[in-house]
Amino acid sequence: MEHNIYQVIWFILWGVLWAVYFMLDGFDFGLGMIMPFVAKNDMERRVIYNAAGPFWDGNEVWLITAGGATFAAFPKAYAIMFSTLYTPLLLILFALILRGVAFEFRAKEESPVWKAVWDLCLVVGSFVPSLLFGVAFANFFLGLPIDREGILHGNIITLLNPYGVLGGLLFVVMFVVHGATWLCVKSEGDLCRRARHVAEKFWVLEVLILGIFLVATGLVTDLWANFFRYKILLIIPALALLGLISIPAFLGQGRYWWAWFASALTVLMTTAFGFAGLFPRLIPSRLDPAATLTIYNASSSPLTLKIMTAVALIFVPIVILYQIWAYKLFSDKVSPEFLETEEAY
Amino acid sequence: MDVVLASRLQFAVASLFHFLFVPLTLGLSILTAIFETLYVKTGDEDYKRAAKFWGKLFLINFALGVVTGITLEFQFGTNWSRYSMYVGDIFGSLLAIEATLAFFLESTFIAVWHFGWNRLSPKLHALCIWLVAIASNISALWILLANGWMQNPVGYTIRNGRAELASFIDVITNPFGWMEFIHTVSGAYILAGFFVLGVSAWHLARKNEVAFFKKCFRVAATWTLIFALFEVFNGHLHGSEVAKAQPTKLAAMESLWETKQGAPMYLFIIPDEKNERNKVELFPIPGMLSLLAYHSPNATVKGLKEWPREERPPVTLTFWSFRLMVGLGFLFAALSVLVFLSRDNPGRFPWLLRILPWVIPLPYLACEFGWMVAEVGRQPWIVYGLMKTYEAVSPISPLQVGISLLAFILFYTLLGLVDFYLLFKFARKGPEPRTKVSLTAKPATI
Ligand code: HDD
Ligand code: HEM
Ligand code: HEM
Repeated sequence: MEHNIYQVIWFILWGVLWAVYFMLDGFDFGLGMIMPFVAKNDMERRVIYNAAGPFWDGNEVWLITAGGATFAAFPKAYAIMFSTLYTPLLLILFALILRGVAFEFRAKEESPVWKAVWDLCLVVGSFVPSLLFGVAFANFFLGLPIDREGILHGNIITLLNPYGVLGGLLFVVMFVVHGATWLCVKSEGDLCRRARHVAEKFWVLEVLILGIFLVATGLVTDLWANFFRYKILLIIPALALLGLISIPAFLGQGRYWWAWFASALTVLMTTAFGFAGLFPRLIPSRLDPAATLTIYNASSSPLTLKIMTAVALIFVPIVILYQIWAYKLFSDKVSPEFLETEEAY
Repeated sequence: MDVVLASRLQFAVASLFHFLFVPLTLGLSILTAIFETLYVKTGDEDYKRAAKFWGKLFLINFALGVVTGITLEFQFGTNWSRYSMYVGDIFGSLLAIEATLAFFLESTFIAVWHFGWNRLSPKLHALCIWLVAIASNISALWILLANGWMQNPVGYTIRNGRAELASFIDVITNPFGWMEFIHTVSGAYILAGFFVLGVSAWHLARKNEVAFFKKCFRVAATWTLIFALFEVFNGHLHGSEVAKAQPTKLAAMESLWETKQGAPMYLFIIPDEKNERNKVELFPIPGMLSLLAYHSPNATVKGLKEWPREERPPVTLTFWSFRLMVGLGFLFAALSVLVFLSRDNPGRFPWLLRILPWVIPLPYLACEFGWMVAEVGRQPWIVYGLMKTYEAVSPISPLQVGISLLAFILFYTLLGLVDFYLLFKFARKGPEPRTKVSLTAKPATI
């Protein structure tokens, strides 16, 4: 019985880590994806790089921790999740590599060709993970075609089913809006205006796709069942919708920080919606219910879970505190004077 | 090509590549922190420029360390899923602890340090780079405790068809892991030391910024001496740890075929793996191997023939990697003494200034050889005595792994070339000139 408590705690932590990762790195991805549409010259592109500059690496560590936590708490799920999604995961990782080095390398040479190459890397490195994470998570919600040995019956094409693609589009659009509101926060003048325009336009798409996604989820998965069993959980999709409708309201008033918070709430709660619906399953099998991975058959031993709980409860709050401090330290707009300094990207 | 071989090659490529960037991160973060601390203490503008100059090289190097680490983190799941299921209870938690304790700290404060020159007080700013340095070294500790567990599994029981944690204390006090930690970070400090020495020597030989580079040279000279001498000593202790925990590896490291009491050490050997003997054995030192491994000249050292062929690691590769690492270790110790003697007058041995830039790649080689000894010498086990490497691999198609292996090689080669090009470029460019702006921003004296 005691064991179950820790299994439940780790399921929640697992969901929280992934959700926070998408909330944070999501705006970096969004910035990368909208760059070709909003930035008209090198100066504006540099504003975009520097709008993510102090944050992207700290954000990415949430992914590493989410991966590490999956490994520590649910080793079997870690093993099956990443070996069955071999090709998409490696594509994501290569894309993340491109994005990471684009930040560091772009400003190191003056040549326009050099800069154009890294700009392309940033765009690709932001789009591919957004799309593929969406596809992957939608497929978890749907259930993977895995057998009891944890072997996938299918390939990357199997994952690109309509629901999977819908999930991918949802992530892309959600992150575009998220990144655009962040750019509103961090930029001034024309660039800020264009970012707001993008945010408003893509918001319409976001509403549309999220709506379709929630309905499709009801049709092809049983995620909603948990929400009707435990009515309290309905607060999660409600908060997602609340965040969603607040975005344009705040944008309209020019309260960009609030627009970004609203968008963050949307990302957080949309991801949480999926996890709450999965519980207590981690990865359902579409082929054989007995092959479904749950917190009961995939978790670590009680001792490991206890130790990991202690580590998480002590250190994650500390991490959150210093990361908030760092966000505050760099919360002002990217100024032209800053772009003059040798540190600026 | 089968999945096991392709996955092993891929892991070797990914980890050896990661480790091209890791040691400089571990060492140069501390050296940069030392320079910045000297600035805060003395107010000497050169030390601020030093922190900025070495810090910039640090950042270029750091970028690839970060991005190549992420692929490693996930490779246990992608390529070694059976391994992950079998040992995740212990191994996974060490990786997760590493991320929570170290990576967040490292990535957050490196950004604050990078972009925060004009936002923080000098003391607080220096604290940031210290946090980065401490965090990188903490990350090394946890990953090496994880690796140490694969080398010498402790604190587990086999239950539910897997290795489950029995004692967390045993896992985190595993002497093998701690030896690896001490040895690996000292190697990393040597590498960073010779990096600073080599770049400084290059500029000094050309009379660029002489005062500036003399200061850098001086700090790095003392630093390198300490760790180069220490490395030979702790490497020896590490060897006795190997003798205890993994006798097959020790026999392969020394290419010892027959079990011997009072085993000698041959200064020169050419192993002949096929015929289970050595083609050449020259310059024996009687009893030396027994002495080094078991601290007694009469101790018995087991030879490779004690084990069936399929239980032995690849001997030639293990042997040569070990010999070269140790040879380089002695070379570094000797060089570091000369460097230390010329710390106040780097021109004392002009030939030394000329060769130091060429020494920069050698510690990189020593580190890579070290990992070859540790990892290849552990074969055929992935977890020594518990799980064989071929049992650990994921049930995936060889084609998938073949393609990704090719992608890794191409992609990493390109990125590595760009990164080393930039390191070269900025190392040769030298520090930014003294400016009036930064002169006005003097730190408060303590
Ligand atoms: C002895 C040290 C050492 C060793 C053996 C390894 N690493 Fe490493 N790793 C570091 C020392 C380090 C570091 C010094 O802390 C790095 C290098 C550059 C950096 O940013 O941190 C790092 C970065 C780094 C990152 C990126 C962290 C970030 O985004 O800030 C990850 C995910 C890993 N590593 C994971 C691994 C895995 C899974 C390894 C084993 C297979 C591994 N590392 C071996
Ligand atoms: C970064 C430093 C490291 C380097 C350079 C390195 C090097 C290598 C090499 C060369 C191999 C291939 C050996 C062979 O196949 O014969 C290998 C295998 C492996 N190592 Fe390491 N290693 C490093 C760190 C680690 C760490 C810290 C771990 C565990 C946390 C680890 C776990 C493994 C695993 C799982 C394999 C695959 C199985 C195998 O092929 O042996 N390695 N490593
Ligand atoms: C005379 C000096 C040295 C001795 C006696 C020595 C000894 C050893 C031994 C016995 C191992 C294998 C441990 C195992 O199997 O796990 C090892 C590994 C290693 N060595 Fe050395 N070494 C020396 C110098 C160096 C130098 C100069 C460097 C780098 C600059 C270095 C870097 C490494 C690394 C990175 C490893 C792999 C990680 C580990 O197992 O600690 N070594 N060394």
